[in-house]
Amino acid sequence: MQRQASMGSPLHRVSLGDPWSRHMHPDIASERCTPSFNVERLTNILDGGIEKTALRRHVENIISGDPEFSLKNIYFLSQNEHFEAAIRKKVHLQKLAWKLGWPEDGEEFKYAYRAVSGELALNIHTIFKKSIRSLGSEEQIAKWTPLCERFQITATYAQTELGHGTYLQGLETEATYDAATQEFVLHSPTITATKWWPGDLGRAATHALVQAQLICSGVRQGMHAFIVPIRSLQDHSPLPGVTVGDIGPKMDFEQTDNGFLQLDHVRVPRENMLSRFAQVLPDGTYIKLGTAQSNYLSMVVARVELIGGEINFLLKKACVIATRYSVIRRQSRLRPSDPEAKILDYQTQQQKLFVPLAWAYAFHFLANELLDFLNSSHDDILNRDFSLLPELHALSAGMKAMGSDFCAQGTEICRRACGGHGYSKLSGLPSLVTKVTGSCTYEGENTVLYLQVARFLVKSYQQVQGAPGSTLHSALARSVAYLAEPGLARCPAQKAADFLQPELYTKAWAHVATRLIKSSMHRLQTLMQSGADWQEAWNQTTVVHVQAAKAHCFYVTVRTFTGALENLEQEPEIWRALKCLCDLHALHGILTHSGDFLHDGFLSGAQIEEVRTAYLDLLLLIRKDAILLTDAFDFTDHCLNSALGCYDGNVYERLFHWAQKSPTNTQGNPAYEKYLRPLLQSWSSKL
Amino acid sequence: MNPDLRRERASASFNPELLTHILDGSPENTQRRREIENLILKDPDFQHEDMNFLSRSQRYEVAVRKSATMVKKMRDFDIADPDEIMWFKKLHMINFVEPVGLNYSMFITTLLNQGTTAQQEKWLQRSQELQIIGTYAQTEMGHGTHLRGLETTATYDPETQEFILNSPTVTSIKWWPGGLGKTSNYAIVLAQLITKGKCYGLHAFITPLREIGTHKPFPGITVGDIGPKFGYDEMDNGYLKLDNYRIPRENMLMKYAQVKPDGTYVKPVSNKLTYGTMVFVRSFLVGEAARSLSKACTIAIRYSAVRHQSEIKPGEPEPQILDFQTQQYKLFPLLATAYAFRFVGEYIKETYHRINEEIGQGDLSELPELHALTAGLKAFTSWTTNAAIEACRMACGGHGYSHCSGLPNLYVNFTPTCTFEGENTVMMLQTARFLMKSYDQVHSGKLVCGMVSYLNDLPSQRIQPQQVAVWPAVVDISSPESLTEAYKLRAARLVEIAAKNLQTEVIHRKSKEVAWNLTSVDLVRASEAHCHYVVVKLFSEKLLKIQEKSIQAVLRSLCLLYSLYGISQHAGDFLQGSIMTESQVIQVNQRIKELLTVIRPDAIALVDAFDFKDVSLGSVLGRYDGNVYENLFEWAKKSPLNKTEVHESYYKHLKPLQSKL
Repeated sequence: MQRQASMGSPLHRVSLGDPWSRHMHPDIASERCTPSFNVERLTNILDGGIEKTALRRHVENIISGDPEFSLKNIYFLSQNEHFEAAIRKKVHLQKLAWKLGWPEDGEEFKYAYRAVSGELALNIHTIFKKSIRSLGSEEQIAKWTPLCERFQITATYAQTELGHGTYLQGLETEATYDAATQEFVLHSPTITATKWWPGDLGRAATHALVQAQLICSGVRQGMHAFIVPIRSLQDHSPLPGVTVGDIGPKMDFEQTDNGFLQLDHVRVPRENMLSRFAQVLPDGTYIKLGTAQSNYLSMVVARVELIGGEINFLLKKACVIATRYSVIRRQSRLRPSDPEAKILDYQTQQQKLFVPLAWAYAFHFLANELLDFLNSSHDDILNRDFSLLPELHALSAGMKAMGSDFCAQGTEICRRACGGHGYSKLSGLPSLVTKVTGSCTYEGENTVLYLQVARFLVKSYQQVQGAPGSTLHSALARSVAYLAEPGLARCPAQKAADFLQPELYTKAWAHVATRLIKSSMHRLQTLMQSGADWQEAWNQTTVVHVQAAKAHCFYVTVRTFTGALENLEQEPEIWRALKCLCDLHALHGILTHSGDFLHDGFLSGAQIEEVRTAYLDLLLLIRKDAILLTDAFDFTDHCLNSALGCYDGNVYERLFHWAQKSPTNTQGNPAYEKYLRPLLQSWSSKL
Repeated sequence: MNPDLRRERASASFNPELLTHILDGSPENTQRRREIENLILKDPDFQHEDMNFLSRSQRYEVAVRKSATMVKKMRDFDIADPDEIMWFKKLHMINFVEPVGLNYSMFITTLLNQGTTAQQEKWLQRSQELQIIGTYAQTEMGHGTHLRGLETTATYDPETQEFILNSPTVTSIKWWPGGLGKTSNYAIVLAQLITKGKCYGLHAFITPLREIGTHKPFPGITVGDIGPKFGYDEMDNGYLKLDNYRIPRENMLMKYAQVKPDGTYVKPVSNKLTYGTMVFVRSFLVGEAARSLSKACTIAIRYSAVRHQSEIKPGEPEPQILDFQTQQYKLFPLLATAYAFRFVGEYIKETYHRINEEIGQGDLSELPELHALTAGLKAFTSWTTNAAIEACRMACGGHGYSHCSGLPNLYVNFTPTCTFEGENTVMMLQTARFLMKSYDQVHSGKLVCGMVSYLNDLPSQRIQPQQVAVWPAVVDISSPESLTEAYKLRAARLVEIAAKNLQTEVIHRKSKEVAWNLTSVDLVRASEAHCHYVVVKLFSEKLLKIQEKSIQAVLRSLCLLYSLYGISQHAGDFLQGSIMTESQVIQVNQRIKELLTVIRPDAIALVDAFDFKDVSLGSVLGRYDGNVYENLFEWAKKSPLNKTEVHESYYKHLKPLQSKL
């Protein structure tokens, strides 16, 4: 009986095992009783195969069965307690991984990170290791990787400074080569040169990979990376010349000790400069082995992994929580005779929640494609073949910007769609919002990233212009190939149903992107012809360039989503459900930017109204699959850690119970004794 | 002072002091406000600690202490005028997160609006003097904006002449009221009144919660704090469960509806009157949106003048980030919005007081429009402000994410405005209901007045359906009046589309409610367009009232920027409605960029004119003197993680791991 129950529904596997998870709330059970597609199959597709689903669940079971990984009190912790808990979990996980023989960089770590909801410290340690692999020579990799893997050192990556962020050339930290001792002297010349923000730096790291201006024989050679020991391996105290600490409370990421670092003429040996792409010989001769862009490789890798491995997870979780809550929460009546309706049956609620759900799927497929692209070009780049790097760089920058923009918006929409309860930390939503919103400025500020995409688009467009009709298009990067394709001047759609053709709306987006790129180019050229120099003209046109870059990125997400659908044709039910989301994503974009589509008459006002009709009809189609589409992400209740979003739908009992555990209820009321009682009595004494 | 800011201030085209006077209402108001602020700034009892480094329980404790100090000081300073109390609180409490705040804003207000003279005599003075601390318990765990769905019951027992209060289900537990968790000893509880076996809907009951002297909850009362939230750390939002809890008959607020000793129910004259409190609170929230947005703009714009980054021309020093077009495009439309909302808030406040007087004289005719207008504007301004604060935070890059910027706090404390006192989508739909009624009224041949009078001019209401020809074709994009017309046409068009779609759905569906639901996305769009029009109209009308030429010039640029930016963002609506042509939209976009450079030299003066004290901004990035980096470093050193040179987690966890191999 028990066995049957656990096979029939994933309840047993994903639940918290608290008193409420024994009974499924009928309002959520009814959403699952006649599924229009096989949810388990979709989960397998999202995971990348049945075996991967199995491995993920295996890791999740280990995590949720181990009390060391409990997230129960996480919302009640102070910054200090939170940080310590994250260090404890990380150390416990590492020991466990050694015991179980998990491979370094294996999928297991990824799944474990997901299962503990990212509540781990020392995450930049891994970035350090990866950076060494990207930027270090073979000897450096051989020396430092084992030290990292055995945790004999704990390391961080220090780039951003107090006064300087995304613009790398502006960094002030200096590394001056001293040929007499064959050492680099690392120094923070001003207060704005203080390294600021690196994770793990504040309290945990013993070593930092410091980005600094290399100065050789009096000549500045630009940014290079140096391994700098900052804390004693004996007693963890800061080394001489090193001032280091935590930068204080933030919107989130309390589990991470983001830190500051000032270096006062700290010396490191010559071998500590990472030398895959540049070397300094003992006599101080500087040798360049790569292009300027090669330094960006580690950032590209970080951004690509960020989209699928972090940002989109947060949005997916928010969708799960808000959608589940919306079938439990009832409010007002749709008909006077009916009971109060599930709020998910309101059109306005559907519009709020289904668009972010569509984004979550769009970015899922996008992240996969980017990862494939990265994996296929990574080795070439390491072997100093940089031909694919510009496109990879532009794509990763653009998709990081758009992904973080949209995921941050979507997560916040989901939070607010839960009304007052979305404001409670116990819903899990506030911390998803505060985590995801950080990604709009870390790993490259979004506007700066969009402008990097725009520069790539300008170059690509010049390529097209330079060779009209010639065969040179083969050189055009795949993601901008549409720039050279002949387009239509008017959209041929005649009725709402025509707008449900992926080819049609993909072309519509290609049309708008092309037009905006052309027009921003034109603006730039006009300004330059009227006497402005390139830089001035560029600054005067950045707003339109950002607009063009955004349209291009939107096009890429639509094209990738439709491409992913083409691979699902053997799964007609799943294809049908996901196609609605793909359509919704594309059409919602057209409606929110209707001005751009109307502008040159590509769409007429009447066509926009047909788009609106098609869009509103999609909401009703998605409604019946909404719970299933969120179930398919297969988050355990443990990792959702939400009183509103549990699989069983027992929202209110859990919320009441969790609230009673708050320290404000269990630790008495000193404020009453100290301040309220005297206040309440101050009048009686006067009377 | 930071040299960049000094230079900015020296080169402004107007004197910010004069603009401050306009924002305060008069030079005398500015002077009095500053006097009051100086009382606080100079008084050692108001020593201000940085809440960012405290735990939630500590923050609550500090807030209670501040409340207590404030009550005593206001007595000492003899501050009793409502505006003066506001100025006092704005500086002292900063975010209005005040555990005893609801005693004043809701408990006393409701007692005044709905209590009989006898009831006011009994409780008013005691609550004003804080002998009792009251709160207002309406929202339940399972029920929010839809009031009729509330489940708490108050059943009258004629034998003892008492009401029996009950929370019959988990979902009926009162949830969210501020000050309920730990602070209050009284609450006004909203409950379904049942007498003689019949339910008469929601009524308000004065309910004692805790024993005076011990502060212990009475038997039958389960009360506590609902736990950690996104923001409002200092507030003990609470839960309340009532189990057969008896209160005397006299505790029902009976100015309008009554229950006689024998249990007979006497109906109120008009049920609209209970909307009064809500209208008041919502109109107040419009002003709060303006204030929060002004703060965010002050922080982001000052920081953008201090921060240098990147290069515009090679070889030149790094420019202020405020010189980048993208940064101006992010921030200046928001600055214009802050000014727009300031003037809207002022207008609503005046209108509320005017209409309230009329109501006092028995004239309820303007109440429906006021109710619809405040609902819509509360939603419109809070949604816009919510996104705008976040945009200001992101415009500060990484440092915006640190609590040192003050922006995360500003955001998390503002964002509940979108859901409390009426969830925004529900508010927009209430406005839409009014718009649909007005549309129907015009359709049936009666003229409407007030802000919706544009519906009288709809082409479809005329005999000849010559849509395009009747509408004025040429919008002058440098005239605020002409732009107001354009917004009016957009609103009229979207109201009409929603009305027609609603009619079509009503024909196809059996029930009006289903039709309403299937049109609700269109309805919300129509309400937004209506509100947007109202804001543009009020801003452009404000310009006419300003005498000082230099001020009028700069406000005119802001008004144009606000209006044109909205057109650019909703270009589709203006193109689709043939209100503007493609080439006009191109001109609009061009003009916006020109306006950015016009406003640029005055940006700092425009935020200085808001006249926020550094204490009230709570931001290292937004300091008046601009000395950001030194103070950022000093601030960080105070982080709790920095208390010891080596953190305890090293000894406990990291060292054992390192020596494991």
